[in-house]
Amino acid sequence: MVTLGIFSAFTPQNILYLLGGLGITVGVSIISVILSLIFGSIVGIIQFERLPYFSKFVGTINNVIRNLPLLLIIFCVYFALPKIGIHLPIFWATVVAMSTFESAMLAEIVRGGLESIDRGQFEGARANGLSNMQTMFYIVLPQAYKKMIPPIISQLISLVKDTSLAMGIVLAEMTYRGQIVYAQNSTYIIPVLIAITLVYFILNYGLSLVARWADRKLA
Amino acid sequence: MALLENNFPTFMQGFGYTLLSSIIALIGSMILGTGFAIMQIMPQVWIRKIGNIYVQIFRNIPLLVITFFFFLVVSKYVKMSGFTSGTVALMLYTSAFIAETVRAGILSVDAGQMEGARANGLSFGQALRFIILPQAFRVALPSLGNQFINLVKNSSILAFVGGLDLMYQGNMIAATTFETFSTYIVVGIFYLIITLPLSYYMQHLERKLKHAA
Repeated sequence: MVTLGIFSAFTPQNILYLLGGLGITVGVSIISVILSLIFGSIVGIIQFERLPYFSKFVGTINNVIRNLPLLLIIFCVYFALPKIGIHLPIFWATVVAMSTFESAMLAEIVRGGLESIDRGQFEGARANGLSNMQTMFYIVLPQAYKKMIPPIISQLISLVKDTSLAMGIVLAEMTYRGQIVYAQNSTYIIPVLIAITLVYFILNYGLSLVARWADRKLA
Repeated sequence: MALLENNFPTFMQGFGYTLLSSIIALIGSMILGTGFAIMQIMPQVWIRKIGNIYVQIFRNIPLLVITFFFFLVVSKYVKMSGFTSGTVALMLYTSAFIAETVRAGILSVDAGQMEGARANGLSFGQALRFIILPQAFRVALPSLGNQFINLVKNSSILAFVGGLDLMYQGNMIAATTFETFSTYIVVGIFYLIITLPLSYYMQHLERKLKHAA
């Protein structure tokens, strides 16, 4: 019965349908990672700079977001924001939710990376006549990013995995489409789940190899 | 506030199930994760390989897929509820991360410790248990705490399989009262009650360890 499922579950149509889901998974991941890198860096720098009150305030909000389940944030953006007049289509609701959550996670990584940079680098740059901003952008951030690449990639891996949560608001990504496929026939469940697992695994294991390579290259 | 008053028992039930699932999964994944971490530092190459394969697989696939595997496939052969399948999946998934954390902790312990213990007549197992692991856990404690926070947050996955947890109950309440905004805020506060103090404590611990080093 299982073998029957393996042969009939993967019709060209179903394969194309699942691959389309993979496209959405990858699309959400890429847009979210770019947005969260930008916002995460900004929030991380704000926390690092210890501006009076403002940094504490931003840090607290960051901690709150970081300690909420992503699923809750996704539901909030899709089901609760319309209550205050913000309507987002499913795809963009997912992107907004993922970026919010991942920015908070990345901000922590950026802050940690910045704190690992020797104070002498700041002092040296300032002594050489660079402004505060210039020191940050030309001296400190490049060094910090180098150290942050491995944790950022592992965050990216969890981002790719977490896109599967968006099936809670019926985003047609891969896990959701898998469910549609095996809803046709219960013998499809095992082969489809295995196929999905394999695709996620290849994607994420590849990313983790990149992380390991980067770690070795930069260390 | 009326929302919280009217649905208080439901929220509390969800909170209880979330806590229960988290604690079961935490204990299970600590045991499993430590086991797999030890496997990865064993002298025998094939045992190391098995440990490594397990960790790589469970780290790189979504928790949701693992949950569905238990909920749809395994439950056909072994009877289990949504709560159980979600908790088991959560346990296996987290154990891979804990294995990585504990392994890193073990590797941070100086190799001389093992050699010294062995030279003093302790067996490999004894050296691991009395000399290496206590030091490794001390180093790993902050990241283990963060894994526990992740575990609590990830337990919201139970909502997908009818696990009666906080997220599931929250969805139910939101669907019946249509007060999505306030419901999700209440759910969020309940999660923060568990995760936020832990998170601050872990930051404090991390800072303390950094100063000690």
